[in-house]
Amino acid sequence: MAVETAEATEAARQAMGGIGVSLARKEDARFIHGQGHYVDDVVLPGMLHMVIVRSPHAHARIKGIDSTAAMAIPGVVAVVTGELLAQHKLAWMPTLSGDTQAVLATDKVRFQGQEVACVIAETKYIAEDAAALVSVDYEPLQAITSPQQAIAPGAIVIRDEKEGQTDNKIYHWEAGDKDATDAAFARAAKVVSLETFYPRCHPAPLETCGCVADLDPVTGNATIYMTSQAPHAHRTLFAIVAGLPEEKIRIISPDLGGGFGNKVPIYPGYVVATAASLLIGRPVKWIEDRTDNLISTGFARDYYMDGSVAIDENGKFIGLRVNLLSDNGAFFADAQPSKFKAGLFHIVTGSYDIPAAHIVANGAYTNKAPGGVAYRCSFRVTEASYFIERLVESAAVELGQDPVTIRLNNFIQPEAFPYQSASGFEYDSGDYPRAMQVALDMLGYDELRKEQAEKRAKGELMGIGVASFTEVVGAGKGKDYDIAGLRMFDSAELRVHPTGKAILKLGVKSQGQGHETTFAQIVAEELGIPASDVEVREGDTDNTPFGLGTYASRSTPVGGAATAMVSRKLRDKGKLIAAHLFEADVADIEFARGKYNVKGSPDNVKTIQDIAFAAYTNLPDGLEAGLEGVTYYDPPNMTYPFGTYLVVVDIDKGTGQVKVRRVVAVDDCGVRINPMIVEGQIHGGLTEGFAIAFMELITFDDEGNCIGSNFMDYLIPTAWETPRFELGQTVTPSPHHPIGAKGIGESATVGSPAAFVNAVIDALSHLGITNIDMPLTSDKVWAALRSKGVTE
Amino acid sequence: MFPAAFDYIAPGALDEVLSLLGQHGDDAKVLAGGQSLIPLLKLRFAAPVIVIDIGRVDGLEGISRENGHVRIGARTRHRDVESATDLRGTLDVLLDAAPLISDPLIRNMGTVGGSICHADPAGDWGAVMLAVGAEFVVKSAGEERVLPAAGFFQGPFTTGLQSNEVMTEIRIPVGSGKSGGTYLKLERKVGDFASVAAAVHIVLGGDGRVASAGIGLCAVGAHSIKATAAEAALVGQEPTDDVIAAAARLAGDAAEPKADIRGSAEYKRDVARVFVQRGLHTAIDRAQGAAA
Ligand SMILES: Cc1cc2nc3c(=O)[nH]c(=O)nc-3n(C[C@H](O)[C@H](O)[C@H](O)COP(=O)(O)OP(=O)(O)OC[C@H]3O[C@@H](n4cnc5c(N)ncnc54)[C@H](O)[C@@H]3O)c2cc1C
Repeated sequence: MAVETAEATEAARQAMGGIGVSLARKEDARFIHGQGHYVDDVVLPGMLHMVIVRSPHAHARIKGIDSTAAMAIPGVVAVVTGELLAQHKLAWMPTLSGDTQAVLATDKVRFQGQEVACVIAETKYIAEDAAALVSVDYEPLQAITSPQQAIAPGAIVIRDEKEGQTDNKIYHWEAGDKDATDAAFARAAKVVSLETFYPRCHPAPLETCGCVADLDPVTGNATIYMTSQAPHAHRTLFAIVAGLPEEKIRIISPDLGGGFGNKVPIYPGYVVATAASLLIGRPVKWIEDRTDNLISTGFARDYYMDGSVAIDENGKFIGLRVNLLSDNGAFFADAQPSKFKAGLFHIVTGSYDIPAAHIVANGAYTNKAPGGVAYRCSFRVTEASYFIERLVESAAVELGQDPVTIRLNNFIQPEAFPYQSASGFEYDSGDYPRAMQVALDMLGYDELRKEQAEKRAKGELMGIGVASFTEVVGAGKGKDYDIAGLRMFDSAELRVHPTGKAILKLGVKSQGQGHETTFAQIVAEELGIPASDVEVREGDTDNTPFGLGTYASRSTPVGGAATAMVSRKLRDKGKLIAAHLFEADVADIEFARGKYNVKGSPDNVKTIQDIAFAAYTNLPDGLEAGLEGVTYYDPPNMTYPFGTYLVVVDIDKGTGQVKVRRVVAVDDCGVRINPMIVEGQIHGGLTEGFAIAFMELITFDDEGNCIGSNFMDYLIPTAWETPRFELGQTVTPSPHHPIGAKGIGESATVGSPAAFVNAVIDALSHLGITNIDMPLTSDKVWAALRSKGVTE
Repeated sequence: MFPAAFDYIAPGALDEVLSLLGQHGDDAKVLAGGQSLIPLLKLRFAAPVIVIDIGRVDGLEGISRENGHVRIGARTRHRDVESATDLRGTLDVLLDAAPLISDPLIRNMGTVGGSICHADPAGDWGAVMLAVGAEFVVKSAGEERVLPAAGFFQGPFTTGLQSNEVMTEIRIPVGSGKSGGTYLKLERKVGDFASVAAAVHIVLGGDGRVASAGIGLCAVGAHSIKATAAEAALVGQEPTDDVIAAAARLAGDAAEPKADIRGSAEYKRDVARVFVQRGLHTAIDRAQGAAA
């Protein structure tokens, strides 16, 4: 056998494109050339256009809707109202959280921007003109714009149509152990508290939501092109909501221009377009404009949190209490596993060994848009991570400790894994001190602390922020985690063709994460078919196996595991075929990197391509033909990515502007499949974390008018304001995942907001400033400085 | 985001534009770079019967110097001001302001005259034109008027321009003294309108004292504001730190901001003060370094 040089081995590794190779993204060519295919690119013969008439009021009774003028415009085909839908029992639909939501308002409107009527016309221009002429008679009611107002005694009841609903409370949910926590607080040497608000923001994918519903009046087939992160779940829900036979429904989610959670829920527009196509017998297209998207679709956060940490005489955390009040808007339509009313918020003990914790969560209806989705976050983990990391900062300030020291003193230690958290999670693996050390070294922490002291002496404001987050991602297991009853497993179907090229079909759905590349790389690693020969298909329910979709960083932990497992299935079948070709015993067949050989003769190999060909041409007796399989993977546990983020800021005293000087991000997401894609995910997440910390905000005035309804007001950062990121890594594989990967889609959005805010607080805490709620706009920083008499 | 239907015409000659404007009056809208008008149409905040595009009319673009003036054609793009580097030393404030207007896409399309006629209280050119003491040449069928910048801005989106008039040129007097200026803008992100901005333009006399001072404020009132008391406090003075600080305080007092999502009135007023103070220091340093 020829002696392989190191270069030749590396060249072979690159050509295979397995795990660890930064393969250029297979999907990028079409995106870079403008050849992506999105829902709005779908044009069907006879297609009509739908525009939604929305409520200008946050809360009002509907006294009448007059669509005569709209109907009179040539080219208008229909004006759909709630009353019409009610005749088909479609005026209300179930939400992902087991509540109901108005498809089109009948009795009242409950938030500004709520769907009231839909105009369907030959062109979008005509539909827009007609929508402006639909006249709705409203009787305005008092708007409730905060959950505190909502739960106050005597508050006007928003959901008065719900039987038995006499107030604006939605849920009460607790996790952890109250008695143990009370006991810890009773013996604490010190208790540090924090009250903070994580404001409402929006995933704001560049591609808004929309669909083209095509119900064939002859065959009864319903083909719905839809911006969906979860096409299979949506098909089943469509079958249930609209009463359509499921085998006739085909959801196609083509290329998605971002999702970030926004494309998980089912929106009224989808339902009305589908119903309209059914009633009219022609395809109906509905595409949101930017304002539609920002004011009516799934928002994120809006959590009021207060809590305390109990600390013993050695500076150890011994107990944690958190109360939260969530603002869920007019309908409880949060996307989360059904048993968990506040998502996975109880991960709030974070990276710390806190023996007792108690979490109390309450939710309230308000006159705001519904649909709390996890904006690039695994079910409320972002809020939890933010809270604990901000609370630890407060504890450091109050104890007069360095924020690094207090963390090192309280981290869950590497030998403690698997670790049972006080709130009920089993952390799979971690090495928190190591990630911290790597970050400190990259930053040059001690030098910067010296610089800070010198600056402070001159009256200049500089801060260093620390956050050491732990996430929980990759739900199921299915027994504990489901959405609307559908268990959170996921699937992969792999077919190897006679020439040795493969198609991998998945139940998850990329929105930009690079699935076509990453998942091909898993097949390359496991089966030895080069990644370039593996075509990945997603998003078409007729042609992919059932899965729960892509959100909560679950694609690699669950869909990726399914891909590895199905590859192994085929690998094993390949052994049977190899034994037949070698005329050897199966037990003697070895496999490595796409090559089979008989033990003891490593030079005489059959490649996976040989085996694939034989699977269709030369099979042993009794063996089923083909090389194809499907796996449904139900993870035994979730995965727990972690990391340390450090941020350095300088503050302009005159204007309150914060300049982010440096960002060091050390992530541990277990084994990295495509390191370049992983880094891209971290860059994206850090950018969004930065934006949430400093810019992005959906807010409302006292009348419930939404402020932040376009990109002049809802501020998403450009390359100009986004800081430069310095990335580092540690690798602690997940012990229960087939390839040790943990998921990286959301770590940076989860972990970074606290690092940014802690940096600002670190710059100001010597003045007595302990909290500023996000976004940390310059006026808020200025006001805080002014309150302490600091001015230029 | 689809506009209501309208007629569109793009005449090749100014006379034709003026006669159409005379004919249609308030039903017509002039279209220059379209960066303010088109968003208004799409949001259906404006629904003119006819849109008259002045993009094909000759002679409305370009920057030149004549008879002690810098002349800027009304349809000159923001981008062309940005690259008119020979204005450095004479009209620093223009060069510093231009790149802060929105982003390159908008600057490639938007025009100086369009911005002035649109009179957004948060538009940057208004404050700049007040600081440099510009004059605006406006024409209607058979008439030409020259309007000083001071007094032109009357309220949000309201100016001294009549509905039958087109702005053709901006004239900025440039004297012989040593001058310096700058523009400071607080924005929340690139592409954002100002939360607060200040334009400063100073001319120093041979004795080192302030010969003339121009201070314009942006986004702190119903229209662009000329901080006349602050200007007066500088003229004839030696520009010491104390004189500058006092003038900056007067400029802050001239601001009439309203609280909104960008901050409280006190905040905006104080940033106006801080910007004028910083701007005056820069302007004076530049003027002192400049050749007469
Ligand atoms: C996203 C975005 C961000 C922006 N950010 C900024 C910013 O930071 N700072 C800033 O200053 N501006 C900003 N603008 C506005 C921009 O500068 C516009 O270009 C400018 O306000 C209008 O110039 P225009 O040539 O595009 O005018 P148009 O949009 O064509 O016209 C605007 C108005 O002026 C009238 N008009 C135009 N030209 C004439 C003329 N010669 N005579 C008479 N009437 C005329 C029109 O009838 C119309 O009413 C922004 C715009 C956008 C869309």
